[in-house]
Amino acid sequence: MADLRVNFAGVEFENPIVTASGTYGFGREYGEYLDLNDIGGICVKGLTLAPRQGNKNPRIVETAAGMLNSVGLQNPGVDAFIETELPWLRQFRTKVIANVCGNTVEDYVQMTEKLVAAGVDILEINISCPNVKEGGLAFGVSCDGAESVTKAVKRVSGSIPVMVKLSPNVTDIVSIAKTARDAGADALSLINTLLGMRINYETMRPMLANNMGGLSGPAVLPVAIRMVYQVAANVDLPILGMGGVSTGMDVAEMMIAGADLVALGTACFVDPLAPVTAKYELDTYLDRKKISRVTDLTGRVELNK
Amino acid sequence: MQRFCEIITSRELAPDIFAITIEAGALGELAKPGQFLHIKCGDGVLLRRPISICDCRDGYLKLVFRVVGPGTQWLAEQKRGALDVLGPLGTGFSVEGRHILLVGGGIGVPPLLYAARAATGLTTAILGFSTADQVILTEQFRDVCKGVILTTDDGTAGEHCFATSPLEQKLQSGNYDAILACGPNPMLKAVAELADRYNVPCQVSMEERMACGVGACLGCTVTMTDGRNLRACHEGPVFNAKEVQWNG
Ligand SMILES: Cc1cc2nc3c(=O)[nH]c(=O)nc-3n(C[C@H](O)[C@H](O)[C@H](O)COP(=O)(O)OP(=O)(O)OC[C@H]3O[C@@H](n4cnc5c(N)ncnc54)[C@H](O)[C@@H]3O)c2cc1C
Ligand SMILES: Cc1cc2nc3c(=O)[nH]c(=O)nc-3n(C[C@H](O)[C@H](O)[C@H](O)COP(=O)(O)O)c2cc1C
Ligand code: FES
Repeated sequence: MADLRVNFAGVEFENPIVTASGTYGFGREYGEYLDLNDIGGICVKGLTLAPRQGNKNPRIVETAAGMLNSVGLQNPGVDAFIETELPWLRQFRTKVIANVCGNTVEDYVQMTEKLVAAGVDILEINISCPNVKEGGLAFGVSCDGAESVTKAVKRVSGSIPVMVKLSPNVTDIVSIAKTARDAGADALSLINTLLGMRINYETMRPMLANNMGGLSGPAVLPVAIRMVYQVAANVDLPILGMGGVSTGMDVAEMMIAGADLVALGTACFVDPLAPVTAKYELDTYLDRKKISRVTDLTGRVELNK
Repeated sequence: MQRFCEIITSRELAPDIFAITIEAGALGELAKPGQFLHIKCGDGVLLRRPISICDCRDGYLKLVFRVVGPGTQWLAEQKRGALDVLGPLGTGFSVEGRHILLVGGGIGVPPLLYAARAATGLTTAILGFSTADQVILTEQFRDVCKGVILTTDDGTAGEHCFATSPLEQKLQSGNYDAILACGPNPMLKAVAELADRYNVPCQVSMEERMACGVGACLGCTVTMTDGRNLRACHEGPVFNAKEVQWNG
């Protein structure tokens, strides 16, 4: 058995398997299917300052090896999270990563202050949600936006590591990643969903009520691997890699590309046990490759000459 | 829970409508009328497919579904082996009452059978189909209900009307404690309006696109009159008709 522990931005993870924000609720929903202690960490559903009811339905369309979603950040708000969900999650050893999304820089600051006071393991600053008009992505697609949010959050985050979640819907993800680093980010997570659209050819109307939505699932894995590789090769920050990861082999691939931790998202919908199965598969793979520490995988890729 | 359930029988009830019986195991004790199973339909489609529990007894679960796309097509082709299911999921029907009216339309008819069987009092079922060759399960309903009224849209079997016509007659003449309805949205909306007019509590089973099926992704929400978006897979699929925002 290999050593699966990962120290990520100063936080000790028992293993590198995490669940992606918005795909695992607040953990509770999957509690009857597996022991949450088996998962390294849980990124909770994206939180906003005030409760949000999200977008109209239909919010989901299945696509080839993937899905589009336009949930639109439906969540009970940061206060309700701190009051009811966080204490429940705290009975497990799994690390709690709070995903926050704001309309304004001030929103991010206020949420950070509340979450720092309540105590979470990592803050994941979502500047990449494609499904809400007002914000999020507005910060994530420009260097200025990424810089102002990251700096403001860092001023009030105290000792809690700040991880900035990057959007793939940009021409140069490396420059946004560098901006976040220069603004003080302690870690990066990527990728969020890819903006997509499907149209019903009979009715000639978009399939999602919101017209467009974010693509996730196995279809996006190659894009995610490429982006994690590019960011890891150019920015010296710990990376939580995600996008289309379903199996232990996918986790290994993502780590070889440069990720320190790896999240499963859409794969959990298909199989609630996917995170645990992936952990065992990863372990078996490491044994077969005679790699004793999982951290030795990170960034191992050697490009073809 | 997640379970691999052996397929016992699979047969075509009507053109493109299939019934699968599976060994229920521990699911049998948990399953309530109106709940559903979330089924992995092979490797060709990514997400699971939600199918309502049509019946549950003697350690078996029955599912009845219409083939409409690749997921249900795969399911129809399975004649033996085990199905990978999550369930029983969601909040089902409350079946208390001295006399309950069941109103089903098309592929919304099957889940009402289990409701009829589980009901504590009498039940009268109004079952609407498009045409004669789509009529399913009427014998099974006759076994458990006090009365069964059959309607077809084209008059090729039973009464020539929508299920809502006999519903209104019943509501005018009789004394009922509850209406349970499952079927296409326009039918549910019409049933909800009648229930409101005659002041009878009404529960409706709603269909929404689902990803996780367990309440985690918020993909399947139904809007309530007070603006809340509730999850069809968790707070539903059965909702109080009065609370549903019908003109979303
Ligand atoms: C709670 C619930 C209970 C259901 N019970 C039954 C049942 O007992 N019998 C039955 O025949 N059908 C039932 N349905 C509908 C059934 O889930 C869909 O017909 C099925 O998912 C279609 O999958 P497909 O791959 O064959 O078709 P496709 O149209 O190719 O499916 C594409 C996507 O759309 C979704 N989808 C398509 N139609 C529906 C629909 N009507 N409702 C929700 N999602 C849909 C699919 O799940 C899939 O993600 C139920 C739906 C829900 C939400
Ligand atoms: C239904 C759904 C909801 C999501 N909600 C959020 C969210 O609230 N915040 C966020 O940062 N990412 C959200 N995401 C993006 C995922 O966290 C992840 O970045 C993306 O889905 C790619 O991973 P996957 O292919 O493994 O799903 C959501 C994804 C899905 C499918
Ligand atoms: S299908 Fe995921 S919350 Fe209902």
